[in-house]
Amino acid sequence: MIDSKSPYFNPEHEAMSREQIETLQLERLKATVRHCLTNEFYQKKFAEAGITADDIQTLADVRKLPFTTKQDLRDTYPFGMACVPLRDCVRLHSSSGTTGNPTVILHTQRDLDEWANQVARNLWMVGLRPDDVFQNSSGYGMFTGGLGFQYGAERLGMLTVPAAAGNSLRQIKFIKDFGTTAIHAIPSYVTRLYEVMRQEGVDPRRDTKLKVLAIGAEPHSEEQRQRIEQMMGVKAYNSFGMSEMCGPGVGFECPEQNGLHFWEDYYIVEIVNPDTLEPVADGEIGELVLTTLCREAMPLLRYRTRDLTRVLGRSCPCGRNHIRLDRMRGRSDDMIVLRGVNIFPIQIEKILMKFPEVGTNYLITLTTEDNNDQMTVEVEVNEGTDDFAKLQGLEKEIRHQLGDEILLKPRVRLVAKGALPVSEGKAVRVVDKRKVYQ
Amino acid sequence: MTINQLSIFIENRSGTLIKVLEALKEAKIQIIASTIADTAEYGIYRLICSEPTRACECLKKAGVAVALSDVFAIELDNEPGCAADAVQAFSAAGISITYMYSFLLGGKGILVFRTDDNAHAADVIAKAGLRGIDESALTGMA
Repeated sequence: MIDSKSPYFNPEHEAMSREQIETLQLERLKATVRHCLTNEFYQKKFAEAGITADDIQTLADVRKLPFTTKQDLRDTYPFGMACVPLRDCVRLHSSSGTTGNPTVILHTQRDLDEWANQVARNLWMVGLRPDDVFQNSSGYGMFTGGLGFQYGAERLGMLTVPAAAGNSLRQIKFIKDFGTTAIHAIPSYVTRLYEVMRQEGVDPRRDTKLKVLAIGAEPHSEEQRQRIEQMMGVKAYNSFGMSEMCGPGVGFECPEQNGLHFWEDYYIVEIVNPDTLEPVADGEIGELVLTTLCREAMPLLRYRTRDLTRVLGRSCPCGRNHIRLDRMRGRSDDMIVLRGVNIFPIQIEKILMKFPEVGTNYLITLTTEDNNDQMTVEVEVNEGTDDFAKLQGLEKEIRHQLGDEILLKPRVRLVAKGALPVSEGKAVRVVDKRKVYQ
Repeated sequence: MTINQLSIFIENRSGTLIKVLEALKEAKIQIIASTIADTAEYGIYRLICSEPTRACECLKKAGVAVALSDVFAIELDNEPGCAADAVQAFSAAGISITYMYSFLLGGKGILVFRTDDNAHAADVIAKAGLRGIDESALTGMA
């Protein structure tokens, strides 16, 4: 049992000096590399790169290792990157496979334990204790934000309510009846929850015991966070996770709210120029590259997250010396993250191409309206018609089929042929006007 | 009793209509009648013109989404109540008019319309003694 007054959930790891962190990292990196080399995929990769486990002598040697990518996960689908026998795995999470093969991430029991520990560490860091009531208003199932926070909150010892996403009236009833003190949700859902509270005459300051919000899985700006804090009257902490690493837990803000601490006892963090793949200086924006240090089932070496961020520092008034990264500033590929859902433009293209009535040119515009992120898909009408019902039916059918594909229904706008910009070379398919990356 | 009509998809955005009109001007097509029906975001521009088949080809070449179709056209005397009598014939037969517009041709009013039951509508025109006009009535207009 940890002393409730301790600022740390894992004092032995959270309060390490830089030197201690780096010594542990090197030790764990060597073990991870050896573990990876039991797998054929990594054996081949190392052979191609002309390196062996012995080439890793210092922490900087991590740069000798080959990168891994989402494409590697797809190419080895489903179990090609497993580094333990399947009988040792107890959990599988998969992303949607709409852009090719899905990706599969396997977990041993120890992987799940370590994952829960990271989440518990984060929640403890922002002041949550076993007396708290944690309502997880996040999607469950394959989305790791559900089970990840569930197990983490339970690990900390909180009464944990798997409320899942949606049904705001029920959520509000739970918050009031169970004395919920902390909620995890994607930022746009918190906004939605607040709107419903207002309609129902519920004042979160007066009528609830809320004290902490954990928000993540959806890009949001500092301004959005502050708006959420003002609305709900509590602190909202930014959470970073990705299913490839485990899920949520990888990075989290401390009470200083000066960037996200990425847990360097679990990961080696690199920021590289996405074009040259060379490291960038601290403070400069580049692509986040993560190497797992504690994963058994599927360790990943130098995984290119495609998320853009920068190093803010390696010390913090909170006492932790784990690297601090800025909130994500965008993507180095064309993936769109909207309301917690990952979408690639190619998925939208694939659906549009099924409709001979529309052309091959299209434009996806992302906007923020009333604190909600919206997607509008504009597409050019190819064939004339004398029938309005046909046009309206076409809009509706495209919207419906897109909804099935990307799991949220965008607005569909029919535009005249030639109305959309045609750029030289690679077409601009996505215009992001959200108040997020600015 | 039918004439050719072009139906063109246009957006509610400046520049879309002029693109269509410039293409017709270039091809020396004369517009005899036209109307725009709009929704909040887009509309259908319907027009009767000289050489509709050639006009349609020209517009397609200019990158315009256009459809060529037949619509009913009847000639009315220049007297009050003629339109009411004509539409009454359809109403009595349980046929709905989907859209309608009119123009003047040689001093006579021409009513152009589409119904929700075109096969049946042709019978009504014949039985009610309405004077349908054909494409040939329009040639020489340009």
